[in-house]
Amino acid sequence: MAYALQQLINGLTLGAMYGLIAIGYTMVYGIIGMINFAHGDIFMVSAFIAVTAFTILAAADVTSIPLALTFVLIVSIFFTSAYGWAVERTAYRPLRGSTRLAPLISAIGMSIFLQNSVQLTQGARVKPIPPVLEGGIVLWDAPGFTVQIGWSQMLIIVTTVILMTAFTWMITQTPFGRQQRACEQDRTMASLLGVNVDRTISFTFMLGAALAAVAGVMVTVYYGVVDFFIGFLAGIKAFTAAVLGGIGSLPGAMLGGLLIGLIESFWAAYLWAEYKDVATFGILCLVLMLRPSGLLGRPEVEKV
Amino acid sequence: MNKTLLATAVLALGGFSTSALADLSVAIAGPMTGQYASAGDQIRKGAEMAIADINARGGVLGEKLKLEVGDDACDPKQAVSVANTMVNKGIVFMHGHWCSSSTIPASEVYVESDIPMATVSTNPQVTERGLKNIFRIMGRDDQQGLVAGSYIAEKFAGKKVAVVDDKSAYGKGLADEMAKAMEGKGLKPALRESITAGEKDYSGIVTKLKQAGVEVMAYGGYHTEVALILRQAQAAGLQLTVMGGDTMTNSELVTAAGPAADNVMFTFSPDPRKNPDAAPVVEKFRAAKTEPEGYVLYAYAAMQLFEQAATAAKSTKYADLEKAMRGGTFKTVIGELAFDAKGDQKAPGFVVYRWQGGQYDYAK
Repeated sequence: MAYALQQLINGLTLGAMYGLIAIGYTMVYGIIGMINFAHGDIFMVSAFIAVTAFTILAAADVTSIPLALTFVLIVSIFFTSAYGWAVERTAYRPLRGSTRLAPLISAIGMSIFLQNSVQLTQGARVKPIPPVLEGGIVLWDAPGFTVQIGWSQMLIIVTTVILMTAFTWMITQTPFGRQQRACEQDRTMASLLGVNVDRTISFTFMLGAALAAVAGVMVTVYYGVVDFFIGFLAGIKAFTAAVLGGIGSLPGAMLGGLLIGLIESFWAAYLWAEYKDVATFGILCLVLMLRPSGLLGRPEVEKV
Repeated sequence: MNKTLLATAVLALGGFSTSALADLSVAIAGPMTGQYASAGDQIRKGAEMAIADINARGGVLGEKLKLEVGDDACDPKQAVSVANTMVNKGIVFMHGHWCSSSTIPASEVYVESDIPMATVSTNPQVTERGLKNIFRIMGRDDQQGLVAGSYIAEKFAGKKVAVVDDKSAYGKGLADEMAKAMEGKGLKPALRESITAGEKDYSGIVTKLKQAGVEVMAYGGYHTEVALILRQAQAAGLQLTVMGGDTMTNSELVTAAGPAADNVMFTFSPDPRKNPDAAPVVEKFRAAKTEPEGYVLYAYAAMQLFEQAATAAKSTKYADLEKAMRGGTFKTVIGELAFDAKGDQKAPGFVVYRWQGGQYDYAK
């Protein structure tokens, strides 16, 4: 029981990170109907920005952890959003209105470009940072097994919950959220009603990148190492999460992320750890066979 | 048009053969990029220093040595293409590759082209395939697995030990040998698990170890994953001692794992830095701000092996070099080298080390 609880905490932590990245995929798909394959690499870039920021702080002798974390989060969100904006502007906007395939190929190209440029400028070696948040608290001292939650795990789960609440509020209650949903439903009609479609799309990309940046900072703090290739695996898993939850649906992305995190950790816990990716993708296939639009997705209605 | 092409080809060939005549090309290959790049860096530094020293002594048989560097990123496919490139460059000797999974396919290319190679790869299959051109200047996984496994069985008798590998040729081979040696001494592994290298989250397996009450993990694989496992074990409140193989010599382990690295033990050949004959070379590396740890002195020794074999054979032809290497005894910075019929080093010897405050030393 205690063991299962510990694996639940592990799975939630992992799932929260997948979910944060998955929202970027699902939002972009919702608004312009394309899969932004460069999103995983945006996440990787944000982790590198976080490492740089941590290094600067270490050089400046900043020892207060809350201060350092806030600073790194702000820096990473700012620069990563700029990346998200630039990627949309250079690789996707010029192709809007062309075939459906063109931006997809452009996205794959952008992904390779980001990966290689980071490899060349930052080097191919793993970048470690010394442990930032050590220790944690004991939740339950069961006989034979102590359930612990690390400070960094707690940080990840709490930050994700706060962000998701704020995000839901923003999409449902603010003028930007209204414009965003309008563009999602019908871009032409929205522009006729005075919504600045281009700006809304740009902002959507920046928002997705900002959430990926939070995930990037969390990964850096939690695992302590980054390399230029982390975006690939994380991107694939997050994309899977978005599809599992129903691509285009925001709660779906979060649900999908959590499910994948939980499947991974429980599979590794009770069955064979080496087959956990097989399990994840097997379950994805099963869900898509039974519910082609994902768990929370709505079937696409052809507009007439 | 065709004639112009032909002329260019002839010119290129002419240019190639003259440059090949002027210098002898020797090569190193290993992971110069990718997640194990720090090992490639050690090999390059060792080989560069050796070649500078050899050339300062007048080269080999009156010819200067030139170093070619191949990057396989520990990817078997890339290793084969590096091997072909090196053959085209007309190298006469190869030190490499590093990952066993790269050395094994690449060696097929070198043996076809008559190029002798000295490697530090430890998988038994490297020399078990009957290839005549391979000489291993490091021990084998069955030897280091035996040393590591016996050490665990003796020092950690009665404790729960898990055997974990990363599914690679090197990692699984080593882990299997460690498990075999432990069972031979009467200590049965409590858990046998595999992980996927290159991931970041190992909390699932860490919790599993904790649940099983494991205190010691015998690990077959590379240092990057060990660093992550240790960090996550610490966060989960699991005090874990790790026993690994020769790849744990990498100081990147300490940067990534932090103080938890003090719990890492590993097997490696007796520290060549403690070899009195190596003292001048060690001094030279330290003066050049390179700590001659891990594979640095091995790369240096590989180049010495080539120099001495070619001088003894008075030739750099494959048949002569091969005969000289198999028959001779060579005095290098890692001690005396001599090879058996398979190409394995005659007296490899493994010792157990432990990391302590960023330095490794013999474990007590």
